[in-house]
Amino acid sequence: MKTSIPVEERMSAGHLACQGCGATMSMRYALKGLGEKTVFVIPACCWTVLAGPAPKSALDLPVLHSPFASAAATATGVKAGLTARGDRETTVVAWAGDGGTFDIGLQALSGAADRNEDIIYVCYDNEAYMNTGVQRSGGTPEGAWTMSTPGKAGSARPKKDLDAIVLAHHPAYFATATPAYAEDMTRKFAKARTIKGFRFLRILSPCPPGWKTDPKDSAKVSRLAVQTGLFRLYEVENGRMRLNMPVANRKPVGEYLRLQGRFKGLSAEAEAAIQASVDKIWNEGKS
Amino acid sequence: MKKVLMGNHAAALAAKLARVQVAVGYPITPQTQAYEMLAEMKAKGEFPGEFIAAESEHSVMAAILGAATAGARTFTATSSQGLAYMHELLHWVAGSRLPAVMVDVNRALAAPWNLWTDQSDSLSQRDTGWMQFYCSTNQEVLDTVLMSYKIAERVMLPAMVVLDGFTLSHSYEPVDVPEQSEVDAFLPPYKPEVVLDYKNPVGFGALVGPKEYLRLRRRMAADMAEAESVIEEVGREFGAAFGRRYGQLDAYRCADARTILVTSGAVGSTARAAVDALREQGLKAGNLRMRSFRPFPAKALREFVRPGMRLAVVDRNYSPGAGGIWAQEIKAALYPRSRASVHGYVAGLGGGDITVELLQEVWKRVDSANASVPVAETWVEDAR
Repeated sequence: MKTSIPVEERMSAGHLACQGCGATMSMRYALKGLGEKTVFVIPACCWTVLAGPAPKSALDLPVLHSPFASAAATATGVKAGLTARGDRETTVVAWAGDGGTFDIGLQALSGAADRNEDIIYVCYDNEAYMNTGVQRSGGTPEGAWTMSTPGKAGSARPKKDLDAIVLAHHPAYFATATPAYAEDMTRKFAKARTIKGFRFLRILSPCPPGWKTDPKDSAKVSRLAVQTGLFRLYEVENGRMRLNMPVANRKPVGEYLRLQGRFKGLSAEAEAAIQASVDKIWNEGKS
Repeated sequence: MKKVLMGNHAAALAAKLARVQVAVGYPITPQTQAYEMLAEMKAKGEFPGEFIAAESEHSVMAAILGAATAGARTFTATSSQGLAYMHELLHWVAGSRLPAVMVDVNRALAAPWNLWTDQSDSLSQRDTGWMQFYCSTNQEVLDTVLMSYKIAERVMLPAMVVLDGFTLSHSYEPVDVPEQSEVDAFLPPYKPEVVLDYKNPVGFGALVGPKEYLRLRRRMAADMAEAESVIEEVGREFGAAFGRRYGQLDAYRCADARTILVTSGAVGSTARAAVDALREQGLKAGNLRMRSFRPFPAKALREFVRPGMRLAVVDRNYSPGAGGIWAQEIKAALYPRSRASVHGYVAGLGGGDITVELLQEVWKRVDSANASVPVAETWVEDAR
């Protein structure tokens, strides 16, 4: 099969991720798109651990580990430091989870976006604090079980609309991605690399232990998120939005939800409400 | 060239003279003028480095972490709540062994709100791994910033240069500003061994186990200890280059003194006046000004102290439940063999005046006290 994805690998198999980890699939494609001249800043998140303990690393590029709230600010400093030393070609990437982006890192993210820092900020959104054992974050969808939202009803609040928050800062480039659409994801990283200014990508990143899915279903659940219309693949450049994967015949959201144990307690009414909210967003997009 | 400068401006000017490559800032009283001056120098093209106006002090120090790891010489200035907000990153930068230099303008910590000088902000960062140097004049602020880069880059530990809020930050004093060429001769460019570079894919700050963690902390302890002699060495080099010599301690009329006023920061200048006044009364007074707090100059202090000496330690800070912080540290350094007595006085919290009269009173109380029963934690106030 022919593919546009570069064959070079910048991540080795010897990482410490769980089976079926969406964050490692995402990292692999991201690195293929970003290329060699890249440095990473990683705050507290699963990836703090996944690359492996010192002195080993599964990543073939330098990583600066930063405190939880500081990914965007640390990347800002890295870019300034490189520029001061005459290096204007290295791509600086902040790579954070949803906790480090939607919640504790939001202030630093807003600051860097507001200053239009010349960095790429990536949020791999697995919709809860997975590294600490599945607690609710601002990225957790309504109705999802977590250890801090126990019981049948799950999380009581809808997922924070981070995309809208980031877009309100007028970023140079914005995109969503999910690993089932590997070519789309790799292309977006390759494109982001060529743009100057603040660039942001949010990746919906399946997490088998946190979503209570079978590791073999990670690509499937990632694909269903798009096919049901729950997760939209799109890009925003110069304020113009482009839907990358228009879904003509959306599958019912139940196909996505029922694959995941975290939605086991979801009532029929709650599922209908989710379907209605998805339909509303897509119908708005049509007008 | 002699200029009349505020402490804040002396600090910003020193950063420029040190050829700082990345300066990061955020406004907070009473430091704001240092931040504004950097922004102005950047806008006028006088400061060629990168300038980042961050959205919080936490992000300021995170940006310093990033820039210094990328190999740049960095600078920032802060105060009080800002320094407290940086706390997490202070540990991170020191643990990363980055030679960042920061100016802290002393201001009391809330609550309640207070804007004036007090060492509770800087001293509460004592366990972060930053060196701390306390200045008594604006000349010393400029000089200490320049020396700090040299010291920090030699021992690979960050340094905090501390000056009193308003008393120094907003007071104009004559400052001898060296020529750029003179500073360049004293302070060579920063040449880090390892930097963040895609050609060398290594991890910075990655997870380690207990064995490696302990070994790294022991190396930090050894380098902190080495800093004691490096501070003296760089102080001598600075003296040779600029005619103003500095060390960890600064003793004034102590040769024949039995009772010594021990001070830090701008109180040092007042203490000299108090010592002169006491000497005029025929009393053998002296002043010891502590310039370094981290590393604590324990060795230098033990060499300074003679048996029977009484140290009247004036603390413009207080650790609830433990007492004045300099007094505690001095006692720990002198234990158990010095045969000197240490008497603690807490004064001037939240910017209260520490006057020549107040210091004379403290000195007299200690000079006539029972040396075997040292005064602990006496709170004194300006009588006015």
